[in-house]
Amino acid sequence: MILEVLLHVLAAVLMITVVMTMAGYSVLAERKVSSWIQGRVGPNRTALPILSSIPIVGPLIVGLGLFQPLADGLKFLFKEEVMPGHVNKFYYVLAPIITLIPAMTTMVVLPFGQMIDPESGQRIPLILANIDIGILFIFAVGSLGVYGVVIGGWASNNKYSFLGSVRSSAQMISYELAMGISVIPVLLLANPPGMEGGLSLVNVITSQDSLWNFVLMPISALLFLICLFAETNRTPFDMAESETDLVGGFHTEYGSFKFGLFFVSEYTHIIVGSGVFVALFFGGSNFLPWLPNPWPSGIIGGVFSVLWFIAKVVCMIFLFIWVRWTLPRFRYDQVMNLGWKILLPISIANLVFYIIAFAVYEKLIN
Amino acid sequence: MTDLLFYIFAGFTILSAFCVVINQNAVNSAMFMILTFVGVASLSITMQAYFMAILQVLVYGGAIMVLFLFIIMLLGVEGGDKLKPNMLTVLASVSFLAIALVGTVIAFSLFDSPSLGNKISTSISSEADFLVFSSQTSQLGYGLFTKYMLPVQVAGFLLLVAMIGVIYLSKKEVVKTKTLDESIKGSVAGSEVS
Repeated sequence: MILEVLLHVLAAVLMITVVMTMAGYSVLAERKVSSWIQGRVGPNRTALPILSSIPIVGPLIVGLGLFQPLADGLKFLFKEEVMPGHVNKFYYVLAPIITLIPAMTTMVVLPFGQMIDPESGQRIPLILANIDIGILFIFAVGSLGVYGVVIGGWASNNKYSFLGSVRSSAQMISYELAMGISVIPVLLLANPPGMEGGLSLVNVITSQDSLWNFVLMPISALLFLICLFAETNRTPFDMAESETDLVGGFHTEYGSFKFGLFFVSEYTHIIVGSGVFVALFFGGSNFLPWLPNPWPSGIIGGVFSVLWFIAKVVCMIFLFIWVRWTLPRFRYDQVMNLGWKILLPISIANLVFYIIAFAVYEKLIN
Repeated sequence: MTDLLFYIFAGFTILSAFCVVINQNAVNSAMFMILTFVGVASLSITMQAYFMAILQVLVYGGAIMVLFLFIIMLLGVEGGDKLKPNMLTVLASVSFLAIALVGTVIAFSLFDSPSLGNKISTSISSEADFLVFSSQTSQLGYGLFTKYMLPVQVAGFLLLVAMIGVIYLSKKEVVKTKTLDESIKGSVAGSEVS
């Protein structure tokens, strides 16, 4: 009993470590990719005394800027902690925490790999908690992340911050609808009649053993991806920041480590959101469409599947960064029009189409 | 373990609900209300009603309370008119609530004889034997679309009526401003003509 709990805690800590490290290095990736796109060099000077003096590897990792996230983190830690005099102190401190916790909590129900038990030959999903309502849990906890933005903007007692928080929370609420509806066809496919199904992402991945959902329902995938951009407040939907007209949006008044928390939670959101997208539409830890999984049974196969999943997530993160440094920002009214007048009707029509298609398919098979 | 969790979450819920009422700052009240919803959701989880718990957080915690907070923050209620409740009203409502609560508990403990309990369980199970108790979401969905179809439809119809009512009520203003715009445009056009 106690050993089991300890193992669970260990797995959770491990997952948090991996995701936080990935968040730190996606900041570096953001800077490197942006400089690559803009024809610059990017961070290439940060060096640690001993590691960077290794003959060939040292200059290479310094040139790649691999020590930069460490320097960034230390900078956030050691900066002076400024508390502006005009803020509501309690909520001002609370907001970054409220933003980070939902972003970290949603990964609990994210299946990040699979392992074939060498004795029984059964497939075990690698997941922290395989609960029946997986995808709803992600939506529910993810929707609590709005409070960090709302409270942060309000507690800052600054017109720019407040405008930014009002805009971005309105955006997040409106895109949640289209996002939720665009996922329903996937869940319908994963739960055919007569099966003991559920809303867990494990079922969704099992249903994608041969064919990825992306091939079968590209419109759902596109809708979900657009809504994911809006939910994570990334360009072209970064109403939360819109640094050209709102200074810094809801975190204008934040500095040092509190800003760092906002920053990290944004990237955690991107990583977990990419993971959910991969699990829903790109087969999760399955190898390639139409091909059986080559993972050997046992722990080694599990490690391979996890690495494959992480590779897919990294591709998604690159897509996020690529889009950010390619597309300009939408205007606020364009964001609202896109969400309510285009994405929501399309997602409902998409849902109705797939419901009819599945019903016809069932009739044809029987 | 489950008992302990129930007492923890129940105490948490009641405490935060109490804070909703006694707080003078509207933003604090709204935040405590979110905590109350989360507490109720965790109570649902201890009863294995996972779907209800998640809906509680998703709909009330994630969507409705954000709108509440919006209204409060946009109107700037905090620090404004701090309501001083009438002492007599407070006393009357508290005593009434206490009597109602204690009365309900006593009534239930008096009439909750084993024979009555048996009666209730048999009368329900004869109707609902195809609905097995399960914490699975699919069971809930199956129940909603078969046995409880009519209540679901009625509830949906009520929501539709409420929505149409809201649209009708808010439409009046839009029509008024439109006519105002048109009249301004008309006057401008008229002046251009003249």
